[in-house]
Amino acid sequence: MLDQSNIFVHLAAGHNSPRPKQFKKERIMKLSKLCLVACMMVLVAGLIAGCTTPQATTQAPAQGADQQPPETKPAEVVIGVYEPMTGAQAAGGAQTYQGIQLAAEQNKEVLGVPIKVVLVDNRSDKTESATAMTRLIQQEKAIVVIGSYGSSNSMAGGEVSEKAGIPVIGDSPTNPLVTEGKQFYFRVCFIDPFQGRVMAKYAKENGIQKVAIIKNISQDYSVGLSAFFRTSWKELYGSEDGIVAETSYQDGDQDFTAQLGAIKDADAIYAPGYYGDAALLMKQAREMGFTGLFMGSDAWEAPELGQIAGAAAEGAVISSHYSADAATSPDSKAFVDAFRAKFNETPNTFAALGYDAFNLALDAIKRANSFDPKAIRDAIAATKDYPGVTGSITINETGDAVKDAVILQVENGAFKYLTTVKP
Amino acid sequence: MTFEAFMQNLMNGVSLGSLYAMIAIGYTMVYGILRLINFAHGDLVMLGAYWVFYGVAIFQLPWWVTFPIAILLTTLVGIIIERSAYKPLRNYPRINLFAAAVGVSFLLENLAIVIFGGRPKAFSRPGFLDSQIKIGNVTLVSYTLIIIVTAIILCALLIYIINRTKVGMAMRAISKDLETTSLMGININHIITIAFAIGSALAAAGGILWAVKFPQLNPLMGMAPGLKAFIAAVLGGIGNVWGAMIGGLLLGVVEIMLVALFPTMAGYRDAFAYAILILLLLFKPTGIMGEVQAEKV
Repeated sequence: MLDQSNIFVHLAAGHNSPRPKQFKKERIMKLSKLCLVACMMVLVAGLIAGCTTPQATTQAPAQGADQQPPETKPAEVVIGVYEPMTGAQAAGGAQTYQGIQLAAEQNKEVLGVPIKVVLVDNRSDKTESATAMTRLIQQEKAIVVIGSYGSSNSMAGGEVSEKAGIPVIGDSPTNPLVTEGKQFYFRVCFIDPFQGRVMAKYAKENGIQKVAIIKNISQDYSVGLSAFFRTSWKELYGSEDGIVAETSYQDGDQDFTAQLGAIKDADAIYAPGYYGDAALLMKQAREMGFTGLFMGSDAWEAPELGQIAGAAAEGAVISSHYSADAATSPDSKAFVDAFRAKFNETPNTFAALGYDAFNLALDAIKRANSFDPKAIRDAIAATKDYPGVTGSITINETGDAVKDAVILQVENGAFKYLTTVKP
Repeated sequence: MTFEAFMQNLMNGVSLGSLYAMIAIGYTMVYGILRLINFAHGDLVMLGAYWVFYGVAIFQLPWWVTFPIAILLTTLVGIIIERSAYKPLRNYPRINLFAAAVGVSFLLENLAIVIFGGRPKAFSRPGFLDSQIKIGNVTLVSYTLIIIVTAIILCALLIYIINRTKVGMAMRAISKDLETTSLMGININHIITIAFAIGSALAAAGGILWAVKFPQLNPLMGMAPGLKAFIAAVLGGIGNVWGAMIGGLLLGVVEIMLVALFPTMAGYRDAFAYAILILLLLFKPTGIMGEVQAEKV
């Protein structure tokens, strides 16, 4: 049986290769194969149908997606969105997109041209983020892009948009490197050196003497924030002696018992990672008898945190951008009401930031009075005192917004507003 | 490391390793009989956990009803996969079957994303799995012990089936020579379906206990356990059930101990764990319990 002597012989070593079969048997085989192919096609068709619904939301009747020169009025203006809708950061992406959906519903056109919002899932993955950005720019002809939850995703996407010269407004990537050295990347949120300081200060004010840091080394967000927290801790406490341990994990890890084993005697654990990791980490820490405080960052803010961690999450404190409880301006109150009416839930940080990012993009198009990406970029860069629902947004020379942070505490699985911290 | 810390880490490692082992024995059994690396095994793990979630969340069923139903449903899915995707390819080169297995795995994952949604779901533990046990300074949750005991029982049961029953004898015969077995009057389709059913049931049981230990469900949750279980099976000598058990336990303990000994390098634990694996396989290519197989030509 010569046909087995190929390179896959170790795989093929089991049974024998095809041998002459009776005609009838072959026909049955063919039939069953046909059936299988038909089944597969139905499934794939279902998949495609299922995928397109959340992926491309048409706000106006689509009439040829071709971008026309900015002088003439285009048939529609495409605003691209790339967010993690699946994977470890799915909740963040989904919440952000809710905010964007609401904003898009309230604004159906800009400069008299209908808006088309195109969402591409970046799957919480760096490579996919670059692909998603490429698709939005090349295929969908987006003139401005919004995204992404997750600093690593944004950094990967930013490389593509920078080369293409398409402006991007980040909703919630907080790592400084997202906008550093980039002409076309902006954001409507604060950055991590500030966020790290907010939690170090909280620790100091609440008598935390010994802290352990657990970071996700696969995520720039987590690595960066840990470093900024450490720096601020040193400034505030005078030394790093209080940081009793710094340990790490990586994407996909679910077992943190070994990391936690070393840090039983800390007063607090600071674990700036994503909500899913944080929830498992807190649960395992409590199971191992850890009684101290959990401190986290904005990426903890998702209903899943409380659902998964249950009682273990109670009392955990995080820094974030926004709280519906603290919404005071008429605009932000109107946003909360409209959001509740549409989604039947209270908007959280990411929904509010997505809403602001989208509206800022429209505002910039209006101020530029043009659909030219370069002109829009300049208009975004010149943003001053834009009244967002998450606070006043002024884009500084690095492309970032300087804004207040809020401190939230988990109570009955939900995030309760504690206080606001000024930059 | 103090003795207590060592014991704590050992227990954590054994509990993680038992989960790997439970998933690995199903993997290795299917391989042993069909010479098929069933890449969809990890996704059956995911399905098992999701069925329990829906049983509890939507139908409000108690755990002793949902667990068996979840295992049954997953078994059914396993049989459907075998009948529709693997059986028609049985007489073709192994590589086709292998490609089909990868395809099934992607199909299940993406179907799960569409049907269950991309956002994670919280799995609620039944009370009896959630109580804390303190032995000296070693803190354990009751599920730790249940996972270990279940893994041992299932492994013993599987070995009993393979070595002591008629079906098991037929399975062993098929693993030696499929065609001769069918000439002996054994309905090989029937036996292979049973093998897949058992493999899927083991995957579901592993998935449920995985979700008990890590109560967060997402459509891609089966990838990591599937891969780790495959590695455990290879480590133990693929095709050998005891080997898979030992491989799983070893992998779990090594992973935990590496982090415990080098906490600053914790994020790189997989790099170290698999460097060790490669070294071990260099010196013992057939795995810990594997036998050298004569090539059949």
